[in-house]
Amino acid sequence: MTAAPLNFRDEELLADVIARLIGDVRHVAVGNASPIPATAALLARECGHGRPYVSLLQSRKHNFFTDGARELFDCAGQGRIDVFFLSGGQIDGAGNVNLVSTGDYEHPKVRFPGSFGSAYLYYVVPKVILFRTEHSRRTLVPKVDFISAPGASEGNVYRPGGPVALVTNRCLFTFADRHFTLASVHPGHTVEEVIENTGFDFKRPATVPETPAPTLETLVLMRETVAPQLAEVYPQFATQVFGVRDAAFAG
Amino acid sequence: MWVDMFQPAKSIKDALGCVTDGCMLVVPREVSGVPMAATRALIRRGVKRLHLVALPTSSLQTDLLIGAGCIATLETSAVSLGEFGPAPRFCAAVTEGSIAMKDATCPALHAALQAAEKGVPFMPLRGLIGSDVLKYRDDWKVIDSPFGNNDPIVLLPAIKPDVAIFHAPMADRFGNVWIGRQRELAMMAHAAEKTVATVEKMHDGNLLDDPVLAVGTLPGFYVESVAIAERGAWPLPLPDHYGADAEHLALYARMAATPEGFAEYLDKYVHDRRAA
Repeated sequence: MTAAPLNFRDEELLADVIARLIGDVRHVAVGNASPIPATAALLARECGHGRPYVSLLQSRKHNFFTDGARELFDCAGQGRIDVFFLSGGQIDGAGNVNLVSTGDYEHPKVRFPGSFGSAYLYYVVPKVILFRTEHSRRTLVPKVDFISAPGASEGNVYRPGGPVALVTNRCLFTFADRHFTLASVHPGHTVEEVIENTGFDFKRPATVPETPAPTLETLVLMRETVAPQLAEVYPQFATQVFGVRDAAFAG
Repeated sequence: MWVDMFQPAKSIKDALGCVTDGCMLVVPREVSGVPMAATRALIRRGVKRLHLVALPTSSLQTDLLIGAGCIATLETSAVSLGEFGPAPRFCAAVTEGSIAMKDATCPALHAALQAAEKGVPFMPLRGLIGSDVLKYRDDWKVIDSPFGNNDPIVLLPAIKPDVAIFHAPMADRFGNVWIGRQRELAMMAHAAEKTVATVEKMHDGNLLDDPVLAVGTLPGFYVESVAIAERGAWPLPLPDHYGADAEHLALYARMAATPEGFAEYLDKYVHDRRAA
């Protein structure tokens, strides 16, 4: 007899996928506007009983830096940050990310917030996990209009870091040798649908596995232990996805 | 007494005299103590042509200053309203080309201000090579590291702001300002020619007398003026003191979506002083 399939939200599946990609490392940092990676990093810390160290850039509680905002970047420059996350208004098949604008840079069609720390962290953090919850031809493009940070660099450029994977609402790609490979398709989605909605070419094995669903234990940990910690930095997300509110600043 | 005691300014407006039209102003990111009361006072005064450096990102403050027509040049790594969506006046101004945009990346701004702190002309930084951020910055240069072998590296010229401005929990009557763990506020003050702070309250005694407080204190030596502004970061948070006013930020995001709505916001929340 098989157990009834668990109910879970897309965000919970993606956080679980990202938590497994984080792996056995010492320090995970999470930047701005990254609620799902923040969930994943805090989940990884719960699973590892306090390791890895997690630094949420905008957090007061989950942030041990005492030397100002530059300390994170100085830490990364020394190789003291193992995992970071980036998204993009556009991401292309070479792993280039665009956080700036579409169209001509000097006369943009759509302006995004800006590059944040990407033009530095993408180069120096060994494992950068890309995430984009809208998997479409609009976001996953043949070539980005503006390179906030390139997926790879010339041989003489100092580049200990770079992309290792791209997680979307439909699938997981891994990244190596300047291209993406389809690694798994999330439950309820198909390879055909991934091909149809991806603007760049990617490799894929003859059989593409399904992304494993989160276990009951993981879901409980996420909902009961991680979600309340998230509410400080991502109150809207914590309320919408997990139904919790930040107790510290309520009212 | 061999020196006059430092007096806080009589009003926020009085503390802002050194923020002149056309000056280079450096401001902190959303979670470090954004001087929103002072920003509204600057808009009411009609400050013009600012070169705003937002260290290293910004949200409501920059959007408001842009919408009110106070900014000529913006140098930062990102502007957004976070969970409340894109910064509408910023996006409109960049697509219309009504401000000069100097796109940066966070550590580049930190490094360029550190150069000013040290009084050196530039600072090297890893990353950037091969990005369009570098491509569109003709003030940044790539050299072959003189200490390496075929090792290209970017040099960033020092950023020396005319004025640094921020909001902090407290100041004393010696001009010392307690910034706590928000060390980037000290970096801004060290790099800028003058510093203006608004504070929640005045501290009795000297902040430098207590070693626990002293480590989180910006010495009055760097400080031009201080004004008291209770809840002076509102509707943004003051770390360790109060959170963001989410309801108001959502309201701003809705109103600022159109030029008409933004004008109405200015009338209601900036030009018309809040009762509180």
